[in-house]
Amino acid sequence: MSDAMHDFTLTVNGQAYAIRVEARRTLADALREDCGLTGTHLGCEHGVCGACTVLMDGQPVRACLLFAVQAEGRAIRTVEGLAEGGALNPLQRAFAENHALQCGYCTPGFLMLGTAILETDPSISDEALVEALSSNLCRCTGYANIARAIRAAADAMSTEGAT
Amino acid sequence: MKPAPFRYHAPRTEAEALSLLAALAPEEGRVIAGGQSLVPAMALRIARPSHLVDINNVAGFDRLAVEDGWLRVGPLVRHAALGEGAVPGPLGRLLEAVRGHIAHLPIRTRGTVCGSLANADPASEWCLLATTLGARFHARSLRGERVIEADAFFGGFMTTALAPDEILVELRLPVLSDAARTGFHEFSRRAGDFAQAAALAVLELREGVIAAPRLGLGAVEDRPRRLREAEALLAGRAPSEALFHEAAATARTGLVPMDEDPYRLDLAETVIRRALSAAAGMPAP
Amino acid sequence: MDGITPAAGRRILPAGPGKVVGRGVARIEDGPLLRGEGRFAADVNFSRQLHMRVVRAELAHARLLRVDASAARAMPGVVAVWTAEDVAEIPPIPFRATKVRGLEPYCQPVLARDRLRYVGEPVAVVFAEDAYRAEDAAEMVVVEAEELPVLLDATAPPAEFASGLDTEPTVVRKEYGEVGAAFRAAHAVIELELSVGRHSGVPLETRGAIARYDASSDVLELHGTAKKQHWNRDEIARLLGRPPNGVHLFEGHVGGGFGVRGELYPEDLLVCAAALRLRRSIKWIEDRREHFVATNHSREQHHRIRAAVDAEGRLLAIDDVFFHDQGAYVRTHGARVADLAAGMLPGPYRLPAYRVAGHFRLTNKTPAATYRAPGRFETTFVRERLMDAVANRLGLDPVEVRRRNLVAAAEMPFARPLDTLGTDIILDSGDYEGLLDKALARFGWDAMQEELAARRATGECVGAGLAFFVEKSGLGPSDGVRVSIDATGAVELVSGAASVGQGVETVLAQICAEALGVDYARIRVVRGRTDRIEFGNGAHASRVTVMSGSATWEAALAVREMALETAGTLLQLSPSELTIAEGVVCRADGPAGPSVTLAEVARRMGPNAPEMRGRTPGLTAERWFWSDHMVYPYGVHLAQLRIDRGTGAVTVERYLVANDIGRAINPVLVEGQIRGGFAQGLGGALFEEFRYDPQGQPLSTTFADYLIPTIAEMPVVDVLIAEDAPSPLNPLGVKGAGEGGTNAVGAAVAAAVDDALRRPGAVTSLPILPAQVRRMLDGAA
Repeated sequence: MSDAMHDFTLTVNGQAYAIRVEARRTLADALREDCGLTGTHLGCEHGVCGACTVLMDGQPVRACLLFAVQAEGRAIRTVEGLAEGGALNPLQRAFAENHALQCGYCTPGFLMLGTAILETDPSISDEALVEALSSNLCRCTGYANIARAIRAAADAMSTEGAT
Repeated sequence: MKPAPFRYHAPRTEAEALSLLAALAPEEGRVIAGGQSLVPAMALRIARPSHLVDINNVAGFDRLAVEDGWLRVGPLVRHAALGEGAVPGPLGRLLEAVRGHIAHLPIRTRGTVCGSLANADPASEWCLLATTLGARFHARSLRGERVIEADAFFGGFMTTALAPDEILVELRLPVLSDAARTGFHEFSRRAGDFAQAAALAVLELREGVIAAPRLGLGAVEDRPRRLREAEALLAGRAPSEALFHEAAATARTGLVPMDEDPYRLDLAETVIRRALSAAAGMPAP
Repeated sequence: MDGITPAAGRRILPAGPGKVVGRGVARIEDGPLLRGEGRFAADVNFSRQLHMRVVRAELAHARLLRVDASAARAMPGVVAVWTAEDVAEIPPIPFRATKVRGLEPYCQPVLARDRLRYVGEPVAVVFAEDAYRAEDAAEMVVVEAEELPVLLDATAPPAEFASGLDTEPTVVRKEYGEVGAAFRAAHAVIELELSVGRHSGVPLETRGAIARYDASSDVLELHGTAKKQHWNRDEIARLLGRPPNGVHLFEGHVGGGFGVRGELYPEDLLVCAAALRLRRSIKWIEDRREHFVATNHSREQHHRIRAAVDAEGRLLAIDDVFFHDQGAYVRTHGARVADLAAGMLPGPYRLPAYRVAGHFRLTNKTPAATYRAPGRFETTFVRERLMDAVANRLGLDPVEVRRRNLVAAAEMPFARPLDTLGTDIILDSGDYEGLLDKALARFGWDAMQEELAARRATGECVGAGLAFFVEKSGLGPSDGVRVSIDATGAVELVSGAASVGQGVETVLAQICAEALGVDYARIRVVRGRTDRIEFGNGAHASRVTVMSGSATWEAALAVREMALETAGTLLQLSPSELTIAEGVVCRADGPAGPSVTLAEVARRMGPNAPEMRGRTPGLTAERWFWSDHMVYPYGVHLAQLRIDRGTGAVTVERYLVANDIGRAINPVLVEGQIRGGFAQGLGGALFEEFRYDPQGQPLSTTFADYLIPTIAEMPVVDVLIAEDAPSPLNPLGVKGAGEGGTNAVGAAVAAAVDDALRRPGAVTSLPILPAQVRRMLDGAA
């Protein structure tokens, strides 16, 4: 079974990447290997661990469960797009300040999931936050500091928004 | 864990999608919608379709509307869209509650309701819901459209009545009356995991007794099942813990679980009693 | 010399928080990890690299008849396919120093030769232009094999491993005291049969290895390494017939280690051999399904333990026979986990007599080795189950039984006539009962008992339990650190340690900054690189803060002395009148007066400075720290949980880990270690298990089958870090904090489940599964 190559443009963090890939290439592999954006990590390649979570048209999705061709014409956001002019954004800062990462492998996935949560429901209840975060696995931290960081970022952003 | 090669097709219209599928189905061609079950299977190379017909760009497939007492769910309606926003009243509240049990947020934004039904995993919440509520499945191919009733749709473990060239173009769920009361309960080892047992109860309470009961069980047998003997036992009786116990025990006797562990039957009884109690507004047993 | 009393003249880190040490400062590692600029194994790429894919055995035990790679070799993009014949000259993977003899025949070949011994064993490797094509070609390799009977139970009689060898390579035996007499004189004898399931570290990043051969300098590089770079370098060099100085190992970011990553595995040697032979860079990234069958498993043991006690519940003797399920081969650790289990089982208790026989047995499963708290998670479960059983038999409170047996603070240092890891077990310091009291008070143990009674009265199934543990940490024998300050004042610390993501850079920088008087956040910490420091013992056994931390302290103090001396000459002051603050040497008695920056001092010590003629130039010092004895952190875990009567599901509601680690260099990081360790312990207690079917087919090969706790399964975890018993064995007083969060979770949760069920001794195995609990509930009704 041969697989034709597909030429198209991926839009990632507002930048266009012209790529040529097989249909079977996952979005995660295309981001990493064809766009050079290795911040999106692969932890399982079967959609359970959430390390590869990115945003597509503002919605959190598993980049290992999408083929790159399916992302043509969509706006993809990855961890590389979070820092603003080189400075960590409030969520990234909150992760550092709350010791929400150890090895850092799951971190990009949690940051993108957290970004989606903050953008859609910044006043999310504790219960709903736990439900939302239960989508991603972390093997180092025991999670408490991740939830704390997202909550801290939400508070920081609502304070900034109020002033 | 890289998928085997395949050819990719992205039709823009339903007609185009149906012709592609008619042509490719004999060559192991498959439809991909959300892909949240298919792509992991492809990564594990358990599934190796030679062609994928991607329906994500088909105009109109995301339709979601209430018409003539039915909630009509198109093939691109994502799990996340099926809630109170889609339909008010008891059905909307039920969908919202059930949706929260389906995997996790990033799966719900991409996975589709019709895709879950066509995948027919015995643990799927939507399959249980469709079975219990008596949904109708509209399947279309170049050969035409047919309507499959809920009882005939699921054919066994991950098997449906859909032919390889058919697309499930619409799920129709009956809108529940305002008097309907619902209870859903499932047990899984961890948050968001596949259910080990799930039950859905829909009933009305008229003058203190149960009317029009519907009771369904998922994740225990190879397909979801409507528990008609238990329903018959419930109808016309006043809700009580003892009654629900009896209904669960009745249901248990007829079950053929996927594994031989009696624990699975214990779980079935537990989720049935809890779904019924929730529907009746009683505390969880 | 008792080996415990510190050497005279050593400068000890003063007690209490310092300028940087003892404070929860932010990590210096975080920036790149938060920006997506980390460099994990899969992020390493070289031009013209080939991708390696491993063909793995699909049968658990079989005679290998033939491997036909012709179809795979013919596929587009495939450069080579190797079977055992192609790597016949590479010896099997060795193990590190061990006192146990006779394990050599049980080592794993890099590719299976005539037998397949577990599902997942490497049989062939494909090298192709990209990872997708490599996987396509691997599917085309045909393995012909004839099935043999499988052995899946380590308690079953040993079978034949090879001609003249059975599947019990060794029995680990330790004994002291009059065991037989103790049992004869006992008031009561308590016997238990207990088992711990097979689970493991399962880091979020799978393994990876990228080899590159630079012919221009005749150097072989291996990237994606972790944990034990220097030992691995030496062994790779030896096995491939090269001098160690022609092999360099590099560590980038490491996505979790937990004991399993960084050991020498077949794939590491295969990429190296291929890079040399094919003259192309070779990249191998393990996929998750492979990880579950290829990377070390751990834990699975079955214990038959007996205790002799007196009428007051005091231990007179323990006699334990256990069966350690090693899996199909002996890997790099040799019999270490069984040895640790045998040595550490007595834990915190006075024990006049002890006998243990650890049957180290091979089965047709993925080979096993260390996982966070190896040998201790298992034996803490066994020992603490035993203590609960003693309490139950004699009608005593579980807390009281422990009090009566704990080694007292006044008895420290407490020598046991036992050894493990080749070191004598001397509990270096501790106030066990003091910590127990603190923990009970912090958890509100007594008030909680009343609450639980009230909840039980309403029909809830709730309970609480506790478990005491002793950890070990700081395994020697040595580690070195070089601290240098360059002509711009930038500080670099080169260590023989490694990082598995736990915050090594920050902790070493804090210690260095404390000694030197510089900003910790601007110290560059180099680790895990064999090209930057000649020797190192890596990151394992909770040793980095103890060993490399102590070496850092001494190297930084040496640099400080050098800087003060040179600055003294420049400023015409005595070094004793000077200090260093924020990178500036100034008068110790106040900010006024003359000063000189460390940059200027470093320039004055450069190779071309006239003052340095005849001396080794540079503001730099390398110091080594040696230790003959491990240090022993300790603690207590307290659990409160509820059981769902309908499903048997256990929900831990509240948990406390109290852990004395002597000295917390960074309390926030210590808490992080403990919380994360707890999550892994909870996995082993309730969720995680490598299951096999009767043919030896693994059933836990995806994240949907191998259940790692998510945030939703985590209770509120309180952490009590105690510093009551600093270690006398190192200048920092530290003991490792990496494993105490994991150690006693299985034991404490088991005790609490018993308590909730109101059935002492009900739990005899881990993980505690809902189906079992549900059966126990039925039994209780």
